[in-house]
Formats: sequence, C-alpha cells, structure tokens
Amino acid sequence: MTEQSPVERIKRDSRNLRGTLVESLADPLTGAIREDDLVLIKFHGSYQQDDRDIRDERRRQKLEPAYSFMIRTRLPGGVCTPVQWLQLDQIARTYANGTLRITTRQAFQFHGVIKTELKTTMQAINASLMDTLAACGDVNRNVMASANPVETRAHPIVHEWAKQLSEHLLPSTRAYHEIWLDGAKVSSTEEEVEPLYGPTYLPRKFKAAIVVPPVNDVDVFAHDLGFIAIIENGELQGFNLTVGGGMGATHGDAETHPRVADVAGFLKPEQLLAVAEAVLTTQRDFGNRAVRKRARLKYTIEDRGIDWFVAEITRRQGFALEPARPFNFVTTGDRFGWTEGFDGRWHLTLRIDAGRVADTERGQWLTGLREIAKVHRGDFRLTPNQNLTIANVDANARTFIDGLVVRHGLDRHARATPVALNALACVALPTCALAMAEAERYLPRLTQLVDERLAANGLAGAPLVLRITGCPNGCARPYLAEVALVGKAPGRYNLFLGGDGKGQRLNVLYMENIDEPTIVAALDSAFARYATERTASECFGDFAWRAGLIGARAA
Amino acid sequence: MSANIVTTLPLGPLDPERTELLLRVVEGLDPTTLQWLSGFTAGVAHERAGRGAGIVPAGAVVAPAARSEPTARVTIVYGSQTGNSKRIAERLGRAAEAAGLAARVYAAGTYPIKDLAKERLLVVVVSTQGDGDPPDDARGLIEFLQSRRAPKLEQLSYSVLALGDSSYPKFCETGKQVDERLAALGAKRLVDRVDCDVDYDTLATGWLERVVTSAREALGTATQSATVTRLRTAPAEPQFSRDQPFAAEIVGNQTITGRAATKVVRHVEISLAGSGLTYQPGDALGVWHENPPVVVDEVLQALHLDGEQPVEIDGAAKPLREWLATRRELTRLTRPFLTQQAERSGDARLAGVLQPGHETDLRQTLKDLQVIDVLQRHPGAWDAQSFVQALRPLAPRLYSIASSQEAVGEEAHLTVALVDYELERKHRVGAASTFLANLQGEQARARVFVEHNERFRLPADASRDVIMIGPGTGVAPFRGFVQHRDAQGATGRNWLFFGARNFQSEFLYQAEWQDAVKKGVLNRFDLAFSRDRSIPREYVQDRLRRVGKDLYAWLESGAYLYVCGDAEKMAPDVNAALIDIVAEHGGKARDDAEAYVRRLADDRRYLRDVY
Ligand code: SRM
Ligand SMILES: Cc1cc2nc3c(=O)[nH]c(=O)nc-3n(C[C@H](O)[C@H](O)[C@H](O)COP(=O)(O)OP(=O)(O)OC[C@H]3O[C@@H](n4cnc5c(N)ncnc54)[C@H](O)[C@@H]3O)c2cc1C
Ligand SMILES: Cc1cc2nc3c(=O)[nH]c(=O)nc-3n(C[C@H](O)[C@H](O)[C@H](O)COP(=O)(O)O)c2cc1C
Ligand code: SF4
Repeated sequence: MTEQSPVERIKRDSRNLRGTLVESLADPLTGAIREDDLVLIKFHGSYQQDDRDIRDERRRQKLEPAYSFMIRTRLPGGVCTPVQWLQLDQIARTYANGTLRITTRQAFQFHGVIKTELKTTMQAINASLMDTLAACGDVNRNVMASANPVETRAHPIVHEWAKQLSEHLLPSTRAYHEIWLDGAKVSSTEEEVEPLYGPTYLPRKFKAAIVVPPVNDVDVFAHDLGFIAIIENGELQGFNLTVGGGMGATHGDAETHPRVADVAGFLKPEQLLAVAEAVLTTQRDFGNRAVRKRARLKYTIEDRGIDWFVAEITRRQGFALEPARPFNFVTTGDRFGWTEGFDGRWHLTLRIDAGRVADTERGQWLTGLREIAKVHRGDFRLTPNQNLTIANVDANARTFIDGLVVRHGLDRHARATPVALNALACVALPTCALAMAEAERYLPRLTQLVDERLAANGLAGAPLVLRITGCPNGCARPYLAEVALVGKAPGRYNLFLGGDGKGQRLNVLYMENIDEPTIVAALDSAFARYATERTASECFGDFAWRAGLIGARAA
Repeated sequence: MSANIVTTLPLGPLDPERTELLLRVVEGLDPTTLQWLSGFTAGVAHERAGRGAGIVPAGAVVAPAARSEPTARVTIVYGSQTGNSKRIAERLGRAAEAAGLAARVYAAGTYPIKDLAKERLLVVVVSTQGDGDPPDDARGLIEFLQSRRAPKLEQLSYSVLALGDSSYPKFCETGKQVDERLAALGAKRLVDRVDCDVDYDTLATGWLERVVTSAREALGTATQSATVTRLRTAPAEPQFSRDQPFAAEIVGNQTITGRAATKVVRHVEISLAGSGLTYQPGDALGVWHENPPVVVDEVLQALHLDGEQPVEIDGAAKPLREWLATRRELTRLTRPFLTQQAERSGDARLAGVLQPGHETDLRQTLKDLQVIDVLQRHPGAWDAQSFVQALRPLAPRLYSIASSQEAVGEEAHLTVALVDYELERKHRVGAASTFLANLQGEQARARVFVEHNERFRLPADASRDVIMIGPGTGVAPFRGFVQHRDAQGATGRNWLFFGARNFQSEFLYQAEWQDAVKKGVLNRFDLAFSRDRSIPREYVQDRLRRVGKDLYAWLESGAYLYVCGDAEKMAPDVNAALIDIVAEHGGKARDDAEAYVRRLADDRRYLRDVY
C-alpha cells in the first residue's frame, strides 16, 4: 500500500474536523493558526491568507505576515434574500475588507477577517441563516444551479434540487457548531459518525452542478458531478448524469490536466440523490489518497475507465441509468438586463466585474445594492459568471430599481463591451496564497487591451469568452474559454486558445510564459486573420481550430 | 623539565582521577604543544559556551566568533519555495554524512548569519521565484550577502546549485547572484555552479556527487578534531568614549511598525567594528545627534537671523547655523532660557510661569514646549551671539541596546521611537530620534559611545528565572537579554511582558519572539494591547495582575524581575501592581507587601531602566 498524503493523516487525527482549532484561535502571539488546523479550517468554510502586497514589507518590519481569513458561504444555487444581503453587507463592512465577493460557484466570499474576529463573523453569518460548512475542504462543495435559465419555469425546480443535494451531502460532524456557534460539545467523538464520508472524508474536493439547457452558465462539464436537466414541453423529465470534469492542473506536470466530464446516462428526478451518493462514495473509496494532485474524481475515472465507473455506481445505487437524452447548449454567458419570467415577474441581471461588490471609482456598487436590498421584495441570484440577478421584481417596481442601478453605476451591462461583460477572473493577488500572477486586479486593463485589438482589426464589439486566472488551478474555469490567460509569474501568463463558448471543449496552450506586449501582439495577429478568414457566425474559438492556430499543437 | 611543569600545575576544579589523566597527557610535552593544548581546551570551552553547556571562564579571553578559526564541516543552506531545493539539500546532507563528513542543513531563513564568517565549506541550493526573485525564505540571507555588512570570505570554499525553469527570462537568477556574490567576497568555488531546469534530477545528482568528493578532499579528517582557538590578551581600554565618540557606520535602519501604527518605531543597526567598543545586555548606547535642518531653519526664521553669520564663543568661531545644528539644544527648554526670553519678549504670561507658586505650569511648559514654540508664542529680539549663549549645549541621547554581542558580534541594535507630533497644528519632531531615523545610505555615520549600566544586568547565575516587563520601546533591552540567554544556553526560564496599542502593527519584533517561543528560549509571553477593537483593552500592569499567582510563584523561586520603558506612568503602575500581587498571593498585609517588593529591589532582583 503506497504511503498516504499528509493531509490524510491530519483528517484522520482531527476528531471529525476539530483538530486544535480552539487552541489556535486562542493563541495571542500570532494572527495565524497552527499548521494542521490550516487544513481543517477549510472544511469549516475558511482559509488562512495573508496580504501578499505587504508580505515582504512586513518581513523587514520583523512582523509576521498580515494574516487574515477568507470566509466562503454555502449557498446552493446562489439564491439569497434581501434580508440576508443586508446582513452580509453589514458583515463585509464590519469585519471584512468592505467588499463582498461573488464567486464562480455562486457563493459569497469575505476577505480580510482577522483571527480575533473570526468567530464573531462566523456567528454573524450563521445568524443570517446561511452557513459556511463544507464550503471548502475535501467534501462536496457548494452545489451550483443555472441562475438565469431561459426556461424560467424550471428554475425553482432545479434550485430546489440543488438545495436538497447540498443538504444530503453535508458532513454531519458537530465540530462546526461546537467551535463557532458554542454548540454543546459532543461528549466523546467516538459516538459521532460520518455515515456518508467516514473519518477521512473524501480524497479531495468534490463539486456538483445542475444545468438547464440551452444556457450552460454553470459549465456543467467542469465538475466532478453534473446533472443536465432534460425538459420536454415545459416539464422536467429527468437529468443526464455527467461525471469526471475538472479544471485544476499544475504547470509542467503532465500528470495533471483539465478534463471535460463524460455523459454517463439518464436518470429520473427521484433518482438524483441516490445517484449522487453512489458517485460520491465511489470516489470516496477509490480516489487516490496518496497523491493529492491526482485525487480528483476525473483521475479516478481516467485511471479505471468510465465503463468500470458506471458499473460501480450502478452496483451501489441498485439500478441502471437509461441512455442519455439529447441536449443542446448555445452559450455559457449570462443574459444581462431585464428578462420577463413565465409568471410575469421580472429579473434584472447586472454585470459585477470579477464578482467584486465594492464601492470604487467605477461605482458605488456595495452601497447601491444595499439600497436595492432595502426595497427589493424578490430575491437575489448569484450567477456562475460572478454576476448578480435581482430576481422576481414586480413590473411596477422596475423603474425605481433602474433608478438606483443608474445612480450607483451598476448599469455596466448597458455600457460595457461583450468581452468585458462575459469575462471571468479569479481572485488571485493579493489574498490568494497560490497566485503566481494578477487576475482580478488585471482584468479591467486586460479587457481594454483585448477590445482595442478587436477594434483595430475591425471586430469592435465582437463577442468573445475571455477568462484569466492567477495560476493553473483554474478557479475561473479558464480552460473552457475561447481565450484564456493562466498566470505563471508576476506579469507573465500562458495563453490558451480554442474554447467553444459553450463549455463543451477545452482550449489549448498557444504560447507559454509570455508578458503583456507579447500577449497583445499574439492576439492582434490572431484577430487579424479571424477578421478576414472567418466564416459567417464562426466564433473565435472555432476559428482558432479551423485556421490551425492551435490544431497542429493539439494533435 | 617536564616534571617541573607538572608539579606546578594549578589543579583547580579537577577531581583526582582527571588530574591523574591530565598529568599523564602533559607529561613530557614540549612548550609549543602545551601552548597548542591550552588553546585547544579554550576552543572547546568556547564551542560549549556557544552551545550553552557552560560559560567561558572569566580569565580566558576568547576571540569573538567572527575571528575564530574556520570550522571544519559542511554547511548546507537551501532556499526553497515548493520543496525541490529542500529535497536536494537534505539528500546532500545525508550523502555528506555517509561520506564521514560533519554536515549541517539549514533552511535559509533559519541559518545563523553570524556563523558565515567562520564557515569553511558552504553549499547553497536555491531556486528562483517570481520574476527572478529569491524564494521568500531566502530573501533575508541574500539581502545580507548583497549588503555592505557581508564579511570577507577568503576562508570559504563553496558551491551553488541553482534551480529554475528555462521558460523564464531570468533563468536561475538567484543561484547566479549568490554564486557571483560569494566569489566577490573572496570565497573559492569548490565545485562550479550548476543551473538546473525543471527536470533537475540528473544534473543535481552529478553535482551532488562532485561536491561530496571535493568536500572530503578539502576537509580530509580535520572534521574529527575540535577547533583550536588562540588565546589573546584582553583588548586595551577602548579609546572611544562620551567625549571621544566613535563615528559608527549605520548598517541597518528600518521601520518596524506596520502601516496602521499610531507611532513609528525604527530598528537601527550600528556597526562598532574597529572601535574596540564592547557592551553587555542592559547597557545603553549614547548618540551625539545633530538637530534636524527643519528645526534649525524654523528657529532661524523665527529670529530673522542669517544662518551664515559667524559666531565666536570662547575662541571657537563657526556659522550660526552650525552652532545651532551641532552644538546647542533646540528641542529641549531650560529655565534660564525662558527667563531671558521673558525679558526679551516682555511677555507677562511667560514671566508669570517663572514666578514662585507656578512650578507646575513651569514643569508643564518645559515638558511640552520646544524652543521654537516659545520663540513663536512670545517673540523677542535676539542677536546671534547672545542667542547661542542662552541655549544649553547639545547633550547626547541614550538608547537601550537591543542586542547581545553573542548574537550580533560587533553590531549594536537600537529600537527608536520617532518623536513626531502636532502641537496646535504645528508639526514638531524630536531631535535625536529624527536624526537617527534619517541616517540612511553608505555615508551615514552616528557618533556613539557605550554607556555601561551595571544596575541592569542579567543574573550571573544563568539558572535563575528572569521576568522582563517592557511595553513599547521598553522591550529593547530584553531583545538583547533573550539573545544572550539563548547564546548562553541559560537553563533559567524567561518570561516576557510586552504591551502596545495594537497587535497588527505595533507588536515590536513579533517574528523574533515567535521564533524564541518555538525554540523554547522564551518560556512565557504575555501581551497587552490597549487600542485593539477585537482584543480586550489591557496594559501590562493589568496583564501582570491577571497572572499574579504564577508571577508570585516565580518570584518566590528566586526569579529576577526587570522593568524598562516609560518612567512617568508605566513604571509606577507596574510597581503598584507588584505590591498588590504580593499582597494577594503572598497573603501579606499592605506594608509587608511593600517591604517585600522593596527588599527585591535591595537584593537587586527587581531592576529598572526607565526613562
Ligand atoms: C473564489 C474562487 C474564484 C473566484 O474568483 O470566484 C476560488 C478561489 C480559490 N480557489 Fe478555487 N476558487 C473558486 C472556484 C474554483 C473552480 C471553478 C468551479 O469550481 O467551478 C475551480 C476549477 C474546477 C475544479 O475544481 O477543478 C477551482 C479550482 C481550485 C483548485 C484546483 C483544484 C484541483 O483539482 O487541482 C485549487 C487549489 C487546490 O484545491 O489545491 C483552488 C483553491 C482556491 C483558493 C482557496 C486558494 C487556496 O487554496 O489557498 C482560492 C482562494 C482565493 C481567494 O483569495 O479568495 N481552487 N476553484 C471560486 C470559489 C468557488 C466557491 O464559491 O466555492
Ligand atoms: C537610559 C535610557 C534609555 C533609553 N532607551 C530608549 C530606547 O530604547 N528607545 C527610545 O526610543 N528611546 C529611549 N530613550 C529616550 C531617548 O533617549 C530620547 O529621549 C528620545 O528618543 C527622545 O529624544 P529626541 O531627541 O528624539 O526628542 P527631543 O528632541 O529630546 O524631545 C522633543 C521635545 O518635544 C517636547 N514634546 C512635547 N510633546 C511631546 C510628545 N508628545 N512626545 C515627545 N516629546 C514631546 C518635549 O519637550 C521634548 O523635550 C532612553 C532614554 C534613557 C535615559
Ligand atoms: C511563481 C513562480 C515563478 C518562477 N520564476 C522563475 C524565474 O523567474 N526563473 C527561473 O529560473 N525559475 C522560476 N521558477 C521555477 C522554479 O525555480 C522551479 O520550479 C524550481 O524547481 C522550484 O524549486 P523549489 O521547489 O526549491 O522552490 C518559478 C516558479 C514559480 C512557481
Ligand atoms: S486560480 Fe489560482 S490564483 Fe486564481 S484564485 Fe484559484 S488558486 Fe488562486
């Protein structure tokens, strides 16, 4: 038996995720927590980070790094109420860095919470009837669901499934309540069992999403577990099951790579939980616990074959899947502006660049959305594209909301170019410990540069799915974009081309480790050919292949 | 002849058995060998002192580490971000030992830099990060190497393995820098540098084997024997003093408070090299400052006087500006000056302060106002000559030395709080702290002397416990204390109390204290923060009361107690807290408790250095 990764030991010895978190929080000497607890606190929805902008400055000052904590909420399908919004807004301004971050998995993140206020903040979040349990860690993460379906009738249904799935796959440890909510201590942890996960949980993080065609906003093929809703004449028939998707990779390590999920078959709605459990437990029992880099479900399936996998889950769930049903995706993008729902109520989707809700010179977004939350009677939906939908608005409330939107500069959707509207950027610097280059902070300049090159080649306003991440982990699902930058070092990126804009095809490395001028030049010449050689309605990603920009390398 | 020596050998501490042995050893040895032997044992003693098994006997003066003979062992230092260099370094360490070599492996961040000067064989494995930057952990070491303080390294042979990724423009940059810098410092390449790409294994292995073989040839069997330290006679009394200060180079000058700090504190590193000046923990460094130009200019303006006009006082003629900048106090007031200013200004208010019965007003004025404040508030006409004569001559400032020579060799470190404040919307600065803060760059010099302070010494008996109370810059001497106790390998426990306004940006030397705690050098550490929203508001004296029970127990078991810092509020408050603690936990009546604390002071176990 090969040696297990150290993280496995930490999980096993953690007494169901308790570790020494309480002692770590109490240590007055440091704003950090103990090494093993760094792993465990993730399961509670938080990461220790430090402000990397001033890391070296602090070192010279003989001070420890400026440690703080990122907290991620669990928010199935990304739906929250105006009351919750107001509470989160309050928390962001009191304990965090004054911003709310909408994530690519439809959740909220707070940044910059210091250790001595971590518990208070956790309690405040729970008081808003949201929690952060299993928002991170080797468990099932926040379950995504299409936020902005054209089939608006289906939305409440899939959202309901997302919630059920999320609850069904939650760990049952009481550690979370003990440590953060002063819940009664479980006398002896022996008697506390994790029926679904067992003492060492999963080998690695596990992600699920439910999508409603034709909009693939959740990038369903990027997740360990996916469900494609099959709707016939307005009625939900069931789901196609997708398994083994994932983005994460490591520079220069061929063993790791992004992977598009396989479509495994069709199932009835009432079978969803059983199938999900079969997939999760199979990964629990067969996933690679020796090499974390290879521990995701995508590698388990790659190593053992999809047929073996389907056979295994069939055995576990006790029934076979039907053949997959046909489905069709047209885009991964959000529909901005107002759309009318089947019930005559309205949804307004706003562009929130890189999901960062803050008051900046660009606009008073945090304030504006606070004002809207005060009057809004429907709900809010966080989209997988880091945007925000103000959902279920009565027709007569629209003009008032429009007023607030304009007054606070929240009307980006009315002004920005398609490139800027559809771009994704991960957080990266200064908070992300793994970032090798800028992403979120570089996005405004990047979209401007790309738009300039498009315009220079007579392609002004052409749609293009652009994504950037600060490292190869792929938090903004870059490998599915038509054009993607993946950080390699400060100011240097790998350039990928060739996604299909529908989330069904991976792009390919085009140029490695290049700086801004080289990036701009490369795009300029590619756009030049695209402008003259493209066929009608051919997206740039498709063109890149047909024109052989990448085909050769890919082969 | 030899018998002669033997009989006259003073056989002090040795038991009969060892005496017998020793006699047999020295029997019939020639003078040179005996000389060598004495040096050898001194060397061993010094080595042990370093490791703390004992202290160098008062008699034998041992050359400071930096000057002693190179040490015959391989030191392997790695700078690693993602562990590759680390793995190789550790492999090399094992290979070296397998080959019978004494080897030590250090992460760059933990390597005791002062050892560099006595290394004989150094191997560096380092990767390149960022855009040609060193790994985080190696930044400190590399900055030191690049700096002017880096010692000459003629005695050193070395080899560098550089890890990198050729897809980056600055391939193996860090490794190259280290390699070139070591050569520039006079060190010789044992094995040429090898630059590895991401597939470093084969290259690294080849290099590793070459290093081990050459290391064996270089060190041979020398590794086995202990180092020999030549005895030398005690240094002559240093010729530098308060009146003949030493113009010392500033080798480091760095703000050590964070961005949100309410006051700026700087860490200033001063080189005493070549001065013959030495100090012990508890001593202070005297600094002859100059009044900052801003201060001088403002005064000249207020007086409408030309700074260039010559002024002669008992034979010494220099421009007015120079008198004011280098010879007179401009920031501290004196009564005589106020008196003259009152006359010249004819200002009744100022005169009033000087009348009997207004002593408190006077004290307040002297405490709060600077010369410039008085000139601006109560203007009066002055000629250059009489103005200079009315001012008090410039006096040096003292700063607790925040280091131990055991740890920093010929440097002295200071912890300087910048005096910088607003008074009635006027920006005012302190003279010496501002002067020190502005000492930057190659040419920067400070005229310094050592102010010995026998009243603030660590216990001679290193097995005694030590309690240190030093909020704010009061922590300075305790940095030296802890460095010293560490170097001594003192067996007594160390307990530090520190206080400041906020945790994030004013926790002076936080990173060093954390290391000391990890190392087990600091056995206890209590903190008090007074302006931190998320931490209960506390001052050190509150903290003391909280842990009074243990504190009393430590005192009862013979602990020494030290207090340093603010004399005006902190010291009295701490004293009051001590009395309460003794009363409560010693079950004593008030005056018995007071007597107890007084006795501690009389026994020199309660020592204060407050200002
Ligand atoms: C906030 C978010 C990006 C964003 O801009 O929205 C994010 C941010 C981080 N991700 Fe992610 N990931 C986020 C979605 C993703 C996605 C996209 C998705 O899930 O649809 C992926 C790719 C899909 C996948 O998992 O394959 C993703 C793949 C990773 C990986 C690589 C996992 C792998 O299998 O290799 C890591 C690193 C790791 O887990 O070791 C990571 C780690 C991280 C950490 C926690 C860095 C760390 O481990 O210290 C980042 C925190 C940065 C910060 O300062 O906030 N994040 N991360 C997203 C939060 C989603 C959520 O609410 O849960
Ligand atoms: C034994 C000993 C050890 C010391 N150790 C240290 C040490 O380790 N670290 C350290 O920083 N200092 C230490 N000091 C204090 C140090 O010697 C100086 O007194 C201090 O740096 C201020 O000197 P300065 O020349 O900068 O200010 P000065 O120019 O001497 O003083 C400025 C003048 O401003 C006036 N003033 C009005 N309001 C204020 C205010 N709010 N704050 C200050 N001044 C005000 C006062 O009249 C004061 O005289 C020590 C002193 C002694 C005696
Ligand atoms: C963010 C980042 C930046 C890097 N920059 C450089 C570089 O500028 N030059 C270089 O030669 N290698 C560079 N590298 C490659 C590393 O030096 C290489 O991976 C090495 O094996 C790491 O060794 P270590 O694990 O000991 O840190 C970089 C690696 C990373 C992750
Ligand atoms: S992609 Fe990399 S840099 Fe960006 S947030 Fe994820 S881990 Fe951090």
